[in-house]
Amino acid sequence: MSTTHDDAPLAAQVRHLEALLEERGWLAPGEIDERLDAFAAGGSPANGAAVVARAWVDPYFRARLLADGNAAIGELGFSMGGALQEQKLIVVANDADEHHVVVCTLCSCYPIALLGPSPSWYKSEAYRSRVVRDPRGVLRELGLELPASTRITVWDASAESRYLVLPRRPEGTDDLTEQELAALVTRKGLIGTAAV
Amino acid sequence: MPDRPDRFAPGDRVRTRIPDPPGHTRLPRYARGARGVIVSTAGHHPLADERARGLPSDPRAVHHVRFAARDLFGEGDHAVVVELWEDYLEPDPAGHPEPTEERNSR
Repeated sequence: MSTTHDDAPLAAQVRHLEALLEERGWLAPGEIDERLDAFAAGGSPANGAAVVARAWVDPYFRARLLADGNAAIGELGFSMGGALQEQKLIVVANDADEHHVVVCTLCSCYPIALLGPSPSWYKSEAYRSRVVRDPRGVLRELGLELPASTRITVWDASAESRYLVLPRRPEGTDDLTEQELAALVTRKGLIGTAAV
Repeated sequence: MPDRPDRFAPGDRVRTRIPDPPGHTRLPRYARGARGVIVSTAGHHPLADERARGLPSDPRAVHHVRFAARDLFGEGDHAVVVELWEDYLEPDPAGHPEPTEERNSR
């Protein structure tokens, strides 16, 4: 769902359903929370940032990452296998001519393993409905003013794949180590709503 | 492995279906009845519409389909890539050779 309100009628319905399932022994108490915790375990934007930093310093890794995201992040010990089945990871690279931004217009699909739990704005009706229609305007509101010559591609995670944006390496970072580079990468940069 | 041959391949021009199905679907409303181009195949998966109804569903191709914003919304110079099951797509042999920002008609 797009929002979280513990007092919403939907939450009450879910709790009621959970109680009925537990009563019948089909669900162990706390099982849903455990599954959710397992799904989110280890997920953090630091993972995505580490992937990006490696791609910045190693062009061969970058090529592998763009060709097969799942295999490449496996080299760094990450996996898209936290859900019931492994999700396909598509990495899209920004360059001087094209900027990518990710949304899930139908719900809030998102690469949790690499980004951690999604921010509330990503799940908001406003972001989901507007970024497909007017990405330049939405990015501007979020503080990212792109040159008029930069083409924008919006990726709607409407099915089974999850998407990660590979931002451009900032100017003047030639002397930074891989770890220092990773520290520059933000969650918004990995979604495409910030430059880095 | 897919149980059926793919109906479409990258480069094919397609048009999305228009009808609003009675239940769950993953064809977003804004992308219905729109012309686009298949850019890649994302894999093979059971159709979400059928799974949501508890029906058996064979894996079939899911494609990344690129649309010019102008073809979706009548304005805009960007592109939107939507991941769509082949069931949502029909061939569009009459599609323009280059469905880019330059186009503004359906």
